[in-house]
Amino acid sequence: MSILVNKNTLLLVQGITGQEGNFHTEKMVAYGTKVVAGVTPGKGGEWVLNGKIPVFDSVQIAKDATGANASVIFVPARFAADAMFEAADAGMELIVCITEGVPVSDMMRVRSFLDQKSVRLVGPNCPGLLTPGEAKVGIIPGNIAIPGNVGVVSRSGTLTYEVLYALKNLGMGVSTCVGIGGDPVNGTDFIDTLEMFQEDPETERIVLIGEIGGTDEEQAAEYISKYVDKPVVAFIAGRTAPPGKRMGHAGAIVQGGTGLAEDKIKALQNAGVKVAEHPEQIPELL
Amino acid sequence: MNLHEVYSKRIFGDYGIPIPVGELAKSPAQAQQIAKKIGFPVVVKSQVLVGGRGKAGGIRVAKNEKEAKQNAEDILNLTIKGLPVRMVLIDQAADIKTEIYLGITNDRAARKPVIMASAAGGVDIEEVARKTPDKIIKCHIDPLLGLQNYQSRDLAAGIDLPREHWREFAKIAHGLWEAFLESDATLAEINPLVITGDDQLLAVDGKMVLDDNALFRHPDLEMLRDTDVDQPAEVQARENGLSYIKLDGDIGCMVNGAGLAMTTMDIIKLFGGEPANFLDIGGGASADKVAAALEIILADSSVKAVLFNIFGGITRCDLVAKGILEALEAMDSKVPMVVRLVGTNAVEGRKLLQDAEMETADTLAEAAQKAVAAAKGK
Repeated sequence: MSILVNKNTLLLVQGITGQEGNFHTEKMVAYGTKVVAGVTPGKGGEWVLNGKIPVFDSVQIAKDATGANASVIFVPARFAADAMFEAADAGMELIVCITEGVPVSDMMRVRSFLDQKSVRLVGPNCPGLLTPGEAKVGIIPGNIAIPGNVGVVSRSGTLTYEVLYALKNLGMGVSTCVGIGGDPVNGTDFIDTLEMFQEDPETERIVLIGEIGGTDEEQAAEYISKYVDKPVVAFIAGRTAPPGKRMGHAGAIVQGGTGLAEDKIKALQNAGVKVAEHPEQIPELL
Repeated sequence: MNLHEVYSKRIFGDYGIPIPVGELAKSPAQAQQIAKKIGFPVVVKSQVLVGGRGKAGGIRVAKNEKEAKQNAEDILNLTIKGLPVRMVLIDQAADIKTEIYLGITNDRAARKPVIMASAAGGVDIEEVARKTPDKIIKCHIDPLLGLQNYQSRDLAAGIDLPREHWREFAKIAHGLWEAFLESDATLAEINPLVITGDDQLLAVDGKMVLDDNALFRHPDLEMLRDTDVDQPAEVQARENGLSYIKLDGDIGCMVNGAGLAMTTMDIIKLFGGEPANFLDIGGGASADKVAAALEIILADSSVKAVLFNIFGGITRCDLVAKGILEALEAMDSKVPMVVRLVGTNAVEGRKLLQDAEMETADTLAEAAQKAVAAAKGK
């Protein structure tokens, strides 16, 4: 069953005619995701991928024409908030924003607006979602994971791929992999995803990949101790990160004594989560 | 991006917040001239992007021209917490009766900006937050509505501000909010906001931190960047579209992806080594980017070994391998290197490197152990 995306997801791609959008749409289609439309304002009427996918001027027009119910955004940072507002306003049920570099004030406004509607946003600054064998919404390579019963939720990109690959090499499969992204204000956090995994009959075990900055992992630990009875294994990156420095991701910064890796690890361990010392250890801990 | 006091206060001034008469000086003679123009007493304030300037002797009052010149000379010769003082702000000294804290920052967990006021102004607000949190009055600001009038009244009441100052305080609070919002700040702080001897409100100090992700829409503010706070290598990396942070160890790392880069640093430490840097080359790394990254890493003379950890999703491992080889050809470095390539075209990539007699590894643990050994000269 998985969560959020599956073989019934009808996906539209905002920014489909851009370099990133076009490249990844090809990969998503090759994986078997039902990409039904693209949106690039001003290019409505064109077709991409050798006439396979129609391009529309707006999300609303695309939705009305194709029945799309989810959107993935490959639009540059300066236009990303607008794209998210547009998708929400048009009634998309799921929006996945891959874009990195979205201003935090934009994201606070997006969250405030989206919280008033029943739409799930994942990201920004994330690799997206992968339900192996069914749908790939974003940029997670399709060949590094096999279908199974481990739910994976992560703030990282390539670190997540390492874990998926390590699981695959030991024959362990994934129900859905959710990349929540590395930004301080995003659409979906650990608790949101843990709740979905807890409800999902197909997910039997959970892997949580966190990093320094913020208190999402600590809050997740409290949630796990109260509401999650499936086994959880975690890895937290950034034990050696110096305080006050942004480590790549906008949200990966230790500030004013909060956001330290040790604190997250302790909180998770106190909640009964096994925390790996390095990512390759995760499969054996599961 | 941190903004100097002088620039932060100028922005506050643009939004209707009263600030002292003041001007920047870059030499003692200039300081003397400005002080004379303003009238005494003046405060000579070092402009460096760290706290604790006062304690370090970087803020001094001058009662006449001779003192102004001497203070400026002394302060311009200071290095405060590793930062050289390149300029001083000469402000008209204020007759301070009361000190208040007023600041706006983002509450990450609440996903909203928060405005804070405290009657305990002029001291480290984080300490007040730690020791006497009830002395700080907070209001979360709705990102879509902005700061509301009733909120600034709540703040004024909360800090027991005398009634006669409420209107002016509200004007300052709203000015601060507008400055914060329109500059895409992550912090805008007036500490202290003072009530002067003649009952006026005045922003004696000012600080702003801007969201790096929003600088694309503030080219004028980006020009005010002070690169002293960044290592030269960090500046060079930024210009090349790389994310780089210098650390104290001797094992250089080049990784694609921030989480994986942090993990690589952690694993080096786990196996007894010390990382020399954090470096994320990002996705789809081209040969040029790889070369630029390697140059920055090798420019650090303390680096005794380099570990490459590349998980190729979009990034093609054979292109990364070509980039590494190209860069090494141009650089002629004797530093031992360990390369771990996994993912897209990893087999081709590894072959290219093995033909060039470079050490490779399959797992992250193995790569880290080899790098640690190489740095120790084994």
